[in-house]
Amino acid sequence: MSDAHEHRTPVTLNGLSEDDPHLQPAARHPETVERAIAVSLALGLVLTALFGYCFWVNAKPWTLGATMGGGLTFIGFGLVAWGKYLMPRGPFVEERHTLANSEHDRDAFAAAIIERGGGVMKRRKMLGGLLGGGLGVFSIVALFPLLRSLGPMPKGTLFHTDWRKGTFAVDQSGRRVHVDDLTIGSIVTVFPEGTQNSDRGQAVDQTVLIRLSNENFVTQKGRENWAPMGYVAYSKLCTHLGCPVGLYEQQLEMLVCPCHQSMFNVTNGAIPNFGPAPRPLPQLPLYIDASGYIRSQRDYDQPVGPGFWERS
Amino acid sequence: MSNLATTRRAKKKSYGPYGKLGQTLGELDDRIGIAKGGRTFLDKIFPDHWSFMLGEIALYSFVILLATGVYLTLYYIPSSAIVTYHGSYAPLVGQKVTQAFASTVDLSFKYRAGLLMRQMHHWACDIFVGAIVVHMARVFFTGAFRKPRELNWTIGATLLILAIVNGFLGYSLPDDLVSGTGIRIAYSIILSIPLVGTYLGFWVFGGNFPGTAIIPRFFILHVLIVPAIIVTLVTVHMVLLVRQKHTQFPGEGRTEKNVVGAPMFPVFMAKTTGFLFIVSGFTALLGAFAQINPIWQFGPYDAARISYAVQPDWYMGFLDGALRIWPAWSFHSFGHTIPLEVTIPAVILPGLIFNLVFLWPALERRFTGDHALHNLLDRPSDRPKRTAAGASIFALLAILFIASSTDVIANFFHVSLETVLWSMRILTFVVPFVTYPITYKICKEMQGTKGAGKRKTANVVTRTDEGEYIATPAPAYVDDQSHELAPVPVPTFITTAETETDDSGVRIVER
Repeated sequence: MSDAHEHRTPVTLNGLSEDDPHLQPAARHPETVERAIAVSLALGLVLTALFGYCFWVNAKPWTLGATMGGGLTFIGFGLVAWGKYLMPRGPFVEERHTLANSEHDRDAFAAAIIERGGGVMKRRKMLGGLLGGGLGVFSIVALFPLLRSLGPMPKGTLFHTDWRKGTFAVDQSGRRVHVDDLTIGSIVTVFPEGTQNSDRGQAVDQTVLIRLSNENFVTQKGRENWAPMGYVAYSKLCTHLGCPVGLYEQQLEMLVCPCHQSMFNVTNGAIPNFGPAPRPLPQLPLYIDASGYIRSQRDYDQPVGPGFWERS
Repeated sequence: MSNLATTRRAKKKSYGPYGKLGQTLGELDDRIGIAKGGRTFLDKIFPDHWSFMLGEIALYSFVILLATGVYLTLYYIPSSAIVTYHGSYAPLVGQKVTQAFASTVDLSFKYRAGLLMRQMHHWACDIFVGAIVVHMARVFFTGAFRKPRELNWTIGATLLILAIVNGFLGYSLPDDLVSGTGIRIAYSIILSIPLVGTYLGFWVFGGNFPGTAIIPRFFILHVLIVPAIIVTLVTVHMVLLVRQKHTQFPGEGRTEKNVVGAPMFPVFMAKTTGFLFIVSGFTALLGAFAQINPIWQFGPYDAARISYAVQPDWYMGFLDGALRIWPAWSFHSFGHTIPLEVTIPAVILPGLIFNLVFLWPALERRFTGDHALHNLLDRPSDRPKRTAAGASIFALLAILFIASSTDVIANFFHVSLETVLWSMRILTFVVPFVTYPITYKICKEMQGTKGAGKRKTANVVTRTDEGEYIATPAPAYVDDQSHELAPVPVPTFITTAETETDDSGVRIVER
């Protein structure tokens, strides 16, 4: 205890003797630790040099990572061990000084703002009002055009796709889909002809075309002639978050969204019967023209994809 | 010759007792006055505890992100322009891809160490966000956020958000199939915000999804704007840390009014620099041996294609999980739609969690009435309510994270997706409420246990002549070097046998 007391007092002392226990290494066997550190640092040196060589000869990527990573890790271990075991073990102490200032200093600070600054404003109220007004107007005027110039207004773009009356359904290579193309149970992603290579075509117009076994297929009331010869088409955009509904469970006749596992019943107007999707996939009314090509009767009767405020 | 030597000696003497370096420092001090402040900085005390390294991991992984990121910007082209791929990855040759995708594949295969740098960058990002979360947990459970450090807590929480946002932006830049789907989801989440969602979506994306603006915009945000804010906030975080000094656990000689530990120079500097090397080394080893985000296998983004069983980076997992298990409750009325099935899990839920994080110090001040300054840390068991609340929030996030792989779980355990989904829904509500009382009880038990959390001494078992065994606690090892001494101030100088001192112990330096 007397020993501890002796160490707590030397605030007035300016130095410690070389053999003070605080200045001794923490390691019980410093020589052994020193050897281990030397090995670690030497390995670090060698591996780092090897990294340079591997980089020079453009060796395989994993050799670069292995040599660099190994080199850095060994250097790091050496350095940490040096600091932890061989440097003065301490512990050392320093005082915390309160950050708070005196009451007087605080008052002086507040007074400088309120009395000096506020006084200036009080004497020239009109100027203050004009300046504030000008800055306020500027910030709104500057902010709004900046935001506004980032992109166009949505207007009606989210309500329509490029499917029109009589648009040919084409696959991704642009080939028109013929009534004989799909075997029963098959599925293909189709686009309105001409949009298959465009961003909008792929992101908005994408539609799944499925051939079901039932030739006189009615998905819902009022859609009696939408699925000729068992060809049924739904928007491929999930009504949850807009992922492509890319999985088709042929035996269950379900479209599955791989993102969050919503399932849509193909035979029943694509009503979601599992998962977080809130609405059925919109169905595209189809017809088969005289040459046997599959075409759309008109656009979807509702916006495709996920929900948004303006959607009714 | 001797003349030269004499001049040298004379010159050396003119430098003063600390040689050329001392002379240079003197010159510097003449101009910017660094001697006193510099000395104070070198003497700065850093308390020692393993959990104080967690913030260092975050800092150093950010350093790695900056270094590897600079390398990547040399080769990455932030453009949605369509090009035909002609690089060295054969399966993609001839495909129409965006320049962003082609340049990312090229920088992986064509340029020396490119793949390593890319993988290190991605790993460092995952480590960065992880280290921030664990560091925050340490700060939370030990009460280090209390007065006077609330501001630094707020900065830290902001940094976590920025790190997540920048991670997502960077993850999106290669324009591959998986990240493109992520952007699609982000766009739909923006659309789900009532009233302003469509406008925000169109302004962020420069029109309807996908458009061509998003890659260059994400690029400038990812490499300049967000990192600049992060660097600024990290700087303020560190300046406040230095000014307020580090917290410490209670212990011998440790009070609210002092700091006990190792001095900045050379002990802490050696340890922390070494640690920077170790973090970098591990990241490089991960980059070398653990493949991450092989975009050439995913292929370029195509809005009409999708991959299966894909998860975002781990820090997005809780959002993805929440989106999966939240029921399909959409709100339609008055000619408007509020997609609550998206708004609640993806906008309101993270909003609530982060607001709780930001407000926690104020809430705790209010409910405990504790407005005092705190520099000594709590043991988590000393504050059972706080610890239990924190554990509950982490439990909720963990369940949501697990829920982000419902499909994988269903396949792995051969159970129906429906079973997994409903299990997750139930667990989300049950687990946090069960975690609270259990944690609370454990804390209370630990409080009642004598010597919990203290180092125990060994038991010595002796055998009497009659064959009876007796266990007695061993006395503390006298020569044990790990036994902590009473702390002393950092010495101004170290006296050796030759050092001259005056009567008061002040060293006499010959000039």
